Amino acid sequence: MTEALLEVEDLKVTFPGRGHREVRAVDGVSYCVYPGQTLAIVGESGSGKTVSCRAVMGLLPPGAVVTGSARFGGAQLIGLTDEQLRRHRGADVAMVFQDPARSLNPTMRVGAQIAEAVRVHHDVSRVAARKQATDLLRLVRIPLPERRSAEYPHQLSGGMRQRVMIAIALACRPRLLIADEATTALDVTTQAQIMELLLELQAELGMALVLISHDLGLAGAYADEVIVMYAGRIVEQAPAARLFGQVRMPYTQALFEAIPRLERPAHAPLPVIGGRPPDAAAMLDGCSFAPRCRLAAGDCLAAAPPLAEHEPGHRWACWHPVDGGVR
Amino acid sequence: MTDAPLLQVRDLVHEFPTDAGIVHAVSGVSFDVHAGETLGIVGETGSGKSTLARAVMQAPRPKAGAVLFRGTDLATLRGMRLLRARRHLQMVFQDPFGSLDPKWRVRDLVEEPLIAYRTGDRGARRQRVDEVLDLVGLDPAGHGGRRPRELSGGQAQRVAIARAVALSPALIICDEAVSSLDVLIQAQVLNLFERLRAELGLSYLFIAHDLALVKQVSDRVAVMYLGKLCEVGPGEEVYRQPLHPYTRALLDSVPGVGARTRKTIPGEPPSPVHPPSGCRFRTRCPRAAQRCADEEPAMRQLAAGHSVACHFPFGVDPQ
Repeated sequence: MTEALLEVEDLKVTFPGRGHREVRAVDGVSYCVYPGQTLAIVGESGSGKTVSCRAVMGLLPPGAVVTGSARFGGAQLIGLTDEQLRRHRGADVAMVFQDPARSLNPTMRVGAQIAEAVRVHHDVSRVAARKQATDLLRLVRIPLPERRSAEYPHQLSGGMRQRVMIAIALACRPRLLIADEATTALDVTTQAQIMELLLELQAELGMALVLISHDLGLAGAYADEVIVMYAGRIVEQAPAARLFGQVRMPYTQALFEAIPRLERPAHAPLPVIGGRPPDAAAMLDGCSFAPRCRLAAGDCLAAAPPLAEHEPGHRWACWHPVDGGVR
Repeated sequence: MTDAPLLQVRDLVHEFPTDAGIVHAVSGVSFDVHAGETLGIVGETGSGKSTLARAVMQAPRPKAGAVLFRGTDLATLRGMRLLRARRHLQMVFQDPFGSLDPKWRVRDLVEEPLIAYRTGDRGARRQRVDEVLDLVGLDPAGHGGRRPRELSGGQAQRVAIARAVALSPALIICDEAVSSLDVLIQAQVLNLFERLRAELGLSYLFIAHDLALVKQVSDRVAVMYLGKLCEVGPGEEVYRQPLHPYTRALLDSVPGVGARTRKTIPGEPPSPVHPPSGCRFRTRCPRAAQRCADEEPAMRQLAAGHSVACHFPFGVDPQ
């Protein structure tokens, strides 16, 4: 097997909570990203999917305690100073976020913003940086890049702004691009355009891609490998095609079944589970999904099931796995 | 009278001025919602679907067109008469926290519309509050005393729904009412809408950008693009045999299981300040011809209850 580009091991993130309690946002997460791979990390709000990636990038607010290991191309990222991390950000790993309107400077022309990103990492002249900015706009398929580079963010549509964010992220040709809900705020036709663009760029530039999303359907359609997170832990991981055919973890199955799908007849009740994810400040001894799980038994409440590779390439953390596909 | 639609919208037009010019947000939209029926309207950002919802509510009043609710044109009513007519027409918005006063307790939030319409005495109102909280799956004793910030997103949306249901409306307009919720909570709220429909005989005008979501709850689906409806039909028909090229493009854009490569439509919606002549979708349409620029396609019925506004629809040989 090829060597992993990013190797995350037993990553834990805690935030200071009310009183002396700490909030465990990420609770022992391990995974690998391989060169050229598309990995999706799926979960609901608060599942830890974004925090785990931000921890790797060193982008958490002060007060967050990060332990464990994250090696990029063999180099340890956890514990580095901001200064040291800056060498990895952009050049090794770059990130695209959900809201391009908030990430872009509203008072700066988009071409200048991209040129700035280029000059942060490369010692090039202003003119050369401008030219690279135009090339990057062309790379992300923005029509009339010379003209667009002179425009301000508010003159661009949401889809165009997200293309600009991708151009900035690609300024230093990262080997790994993390897209954090990068298409969530976009319309479905624009989302399809951006996803196609990301996959094309990935192939062109030989990047690895991590898609962080709440949308299991999107993950299944575009990723090679899918990780499902719940309450700060990975509960299931498998190649996308396998996960859709052979769901094992009841939580993943519940997520699948709750998504409205075009093939379903109208008005058919959606299978739902009650309850809410557990409070991250009050971690349970047993499986964190047990209180909501229809298959939960005594052993589920007594001890948390470890995440293990039960079948080749398929990991899950459950004492009583299901044998389910997508109906 | 029993056969007359609950809501009849005819040639509704709404425009508003901006620095860039006049936004043609809703440009001549007509549809019916029958009693007990859910009509879904699907559209992307800038399609005018939210403006349409507000224009139906007369908040603000549309520029032109008729909105007949139970046979009365809301556009001709003012003051108390409009308020009274609107009592049975309620709305649920996308952001529950934005529509709930953070300082109020859940119980008072749900009682407020009852007070506004001077319904019953205090005891009767309190009883009604308990009833509807129970109906939407909240515990009157447990949740009743809380304030919005002490609720989850799903619970807050249930409070918004309880407020809408308290006055026993005939029709609820849902504008992206579940779009901000996580998928498991979203499914719970969708099931709640369906249960209320069955138990209270409610009708819905269900507006969202997500086609699969709209189809899940709707009897009929209307597709909106840049201020106009381009297709209306039974949900299953619109999905199985889309007639309008835009509907097909929308369907092709929904990610499916393992469907990695799919067709995307080029470009982006034009500005509603300068909509294209003729058919508004023609600038992105693979089937567009000269006629599409010259002549606006009228809505015409091609199959039972299934209409399209297109010169060259799918399933019909181009003339």
